[in-house]
Amino acid sequence: MAASGRKIYWELFATFFKIGAFTFGGGWAMISIIEREIVDKHQWIERNDFLDLLAVSQALPGILAVNIATSTGDKIRGVWGSIVAAAGTIMPSFLLILLIAIFLTPDIIKNNVVISSIFMGIRPAVVALIVAPVITSAKAAKLTLKTFWIPVVVAAMISLDFGWPSNPILYIVLGAAGGLLWWKLRNKTKETS
Amino acid sequence: MGIYGQLIWAYIKIGIFGFGGGYAMLSLVEKAVVTPGWISETMFTDIVAISQMTPGPIGINSATYIGYVAPGSVDPLLQGVWWGILGSVLATLAVVIPSFVLVLNTSHFIRKHNESGVIKAIFSGLRPVVVGLIASAAIMLMNAANFNPQGVGWQLAINIAISVIAFCLVFFPIPFRGKKVKLHPIFVIILAGIAGFLIYGLPKL
Repeated sequence: MAASGRKIYWELFATFFKIGAFTFGGGWAMISIIEREIVDKHQWIERNDFLDLLAVSQALPGILAVNIATSTGDKIRGVWGSIVAAAGTIMPSFLLILLIAIFLTPDIIKNNVVISSIFMGIRPAVVALIVAPVITSAKAAKLTLKTFWIPVVVAAMISLDFGWPSNPILYIVLGAAGGLLWWKLRNKTKETS
Repeated sequence: MGIYGQLIWAYIKIGIFGFGGGYAMLSLVEKAVVTPGWISETMFTDIVAISQMTPGPIGINSATYIGYVAPGSVDPLLQGVWWGILGSVLATLAVVIPSFVLVLNTSHFIRKHNESGVIKAIFSGLRPVVVGLIASAAIMLMNAANFNPQGVGWQLAINIAISVIAFCLVFFPIPFRGKKVKLHPIFVIILAGIAGFLIYGLPKL
């Protein structure tokens, strides 16, 4: 369902604006929205490619949400696509925070009953929104009995917070190295047999 | 170096060394903006709270807010709205551009060598890891701040119920006019916000 010409840039911007406007609780929370918009609805990229983008976005420094937008925009429409997608992601929070900085003080917002009660409801829902992509991505990664332990160990190590052994970058490096090693070993056994 | 130069430099550094998502980035931000006296420690905590209550990445939110406040707090001559907006724009661009360039170059490199066995092998090893990363993000957010901020039993029960219902709504298709549809995550967030207001806000008004 790829739109043509200029229309796709507008669609990209609007989609990532929407994603930026509803990202509460950090970059991972936006995954279920991005997945729904980009993989299911617009079908701009496949679920497996989406997982690869997530790996690159997490492995590099910077703001996860912006990194995901940049790599997705680039995949769909090159450099301009990535600029449009990144700008769309940034714009809602930039405008909102600017308005708050100009017109409100932090205390007014923190002590507002309506706003704080709305967020008490949103926070537990956001956690659920991160659980859903765990399952869809596990399916897309085609986990087998042989590889199922990998995400379990990674999730446990990171969330238990042991200091440096809990750094996500470590597991991205290990995963890349492991994939490479496995491939080399398999090639070798093929050559010898 | 004027305050704008300092702001840009501080946020470029945060953009380059900010690995591991918003919360990991916060300590970097704190060091960069509280130590030079641009804002106070309590104000920093307030900014974190606002970042959590407004949508958008914490890195962007803090850059926009601190970029607005810092010029005026350092130099009384720079207290006008436009000086603040200039600081916001510069700090926000500074935090985004380094990783933008890096991500773009990496994506191009990968696409160019898309068919190489090495790249395919690397990604086949990365995919299960990414599943674990997403899971760890979910596990780490299952904490008291999100589920029981005031330490009240009935609130914990309600928040767990909100979470379970939200999961079911996005994950399982619901029959609707003869078709099966999955609710959009944005719609679920809005519903949860309404529920929060009805349960926690309305009785207090």
